[in-house]
Amino acid sequence: MTAAGMVIVGAGEAGARAASTLREDGYEGPVTLIGDEPHAPYERPPLSKAVMTTNDIGEPSSILDADRLGAARIEHLAGRRVSRLDLANRLAVLDDGSVQAYEKLLIATGAGPRRLSLPGAGEGGVLYLRTFADALALRGRLRPGSRLAVIGGGFIGLEIAASAVERGCAVTLVEMAPRILMRGVPAEVAQIVRARHEAAGVRVMTGLAIERIERRGEGSAVVLGDGAAVECDLVVAGIGAVPETALAEASGLAVENGVRADGALRTSDPHVFAAGDCCSFPHPLYGGRRLRLEAWRNAQDQGATAARNMLGAGERYEAVPWFWSDQYDQGLQVAGLADAGTRVVRREGGGASLFFHLDDAGRLVAVSAIGPGNAVARDVKLAEMMIARRLAPDPAALADPNAKLKALLATSPTIAAAA
Amino acid sequence: MSNWVEACAADEVEEEDVIRFDHEGRTFAIFRSPEDEYFATDGLCTHERVHLADGLVMDDVIECPKHNGRFNYKTGRGKGAPICVDLKTYPVRVEGGRVLIDLG
Repeated sequence: MTAAGMVIVGAGEAGARAASTLREDGYEGPVTLIGDEPHAPYERPPLSKAVMTTNDIGEPSSILDADRLGAARIEHLAGRRVSRLDLANRLAVLDDGSVQAYEKLLIATGAGPRRLSLPGAGEGGVLYLRTFADALALRGRLRPGSRLAVIGGGFIGLEIAASAVERGCAVTLVEMAPRILMRGVPAEVAQIVRARHEAAGVRVMTGLAIERIERRGEGSAVVLGDGAAVECDLVVAGIGAVPETALAEASGLAVENGVRADGALRTSDPHVFAAGDCCSFPHPLYGGRRLRLEAWRNAQDQGATAARNMLGAGERYEAVPWFWSDQYDQGLQVAGLADAGTRVVRREGGGASLFFHLDDAGRLVAVSAIGPGNAVARDVKLAEMMIARRLAPDPAALADPNAKLKALLATSPTIAAAA
Repeated sequence: MSNWVEACAADEVEEEDVIRFDHEGRTFAIFRSPEDEYFATDGLCTHERVHLADGLVMDDVIECPKHNGRFNYKTGRGKGAPICVDLKTYPVRVEGGRVLIDLG
């Protein structure tokens, strides 16, 4: 047992960022980062994109490689899990029975792929994507001419579909909901994404029940509710993620769609914090609505905020939710919560489409945008700043591609937060 | 050794904004500050090699359009994670309405 210090459980984006932030903010005591994968902390966004399309990539892209971990005096325990916490004595019990004392502890265990509960889905008949190892396994089977069935029309499924097309596969995507991207992306943007996939040759099927997965010879079939079957060589599912809450539950911490945290990312125990995909927290920009975000930037920002709060900063987490997806030559970005809006204003220009989501008071609550490359990035960033400042920009100006968003940021009125 | 190259017309860049300039297989970013001064840096973010000219300029900061890495474009200095490496900067002068940069 070593001296008590800061212990971070989970060595993904949130955990790695928390560890770095502890050092950047001058913490001198021991920092231990415990992760269940063999690698140093690495970037997950490329797994469904560059890693999938580039055979040469044999190692994940490190966030903190061995040199930087060493330079920052971060002890990284790889391939290890924490089984439970002894909250009263501030001890973390690892899977090998060893015990790590902590001053403060961060749970950044992330989320794992939701598994299909269908007949035939359980015997290795379906692949999932979360880790670098998953990505290599999938890439090895995406050969030119092979037939891929993707179950799930969310970001992971769509990005895998786009990458598989690039590898020369024939792709069918089956979504059980009435349209793709039901969660967090408005129908207007989803339609543009669907059209782009169809133009690339992906067969997109929506609103269909799936009965079972069958082995057929060397391949598989996804059998639909009406008895029709999608014959394929490989089935991959991207049907959402489930927060990794086992440690919190085993330790008696409050869980509510994730590890339940307050506005400063503190769990039901004052010495334990949560960050990233596993963390549910109230968001002040949306009336304290409890959110759990599965997004790269949220993982980074929450990791950093949690680290500062482990050092006593007492900082409230209020970053505007933001995520992106790259598919083919198109970049999609969403800032804010589109479902908090009641009115949509559309702006077109330069091959890009932006949708501004306003609430009943005229306050900008979200923007969703799609366009070539990073064409929408600048406008989305300006909109994000308007969202953070609770501004109510003039809808006519939002719709006018010649009206500068920077000017609207400077001149739009603020809507006061509800008491 | 100096190697001055004409990058663009001064009025091609708006105040507090940036444009991309490609030259002999290299790519650069040309900035115009809110104080109407011009600056030049390498065009790709040092993190994941994204074109910075698609990013947003606010005061003396450029933010990468993809991963939100931020640099002071006047000095090239990275402003924290995910940026580990500063951005290379180049001398700039404006002559007769043209922006010139010194590639050295």
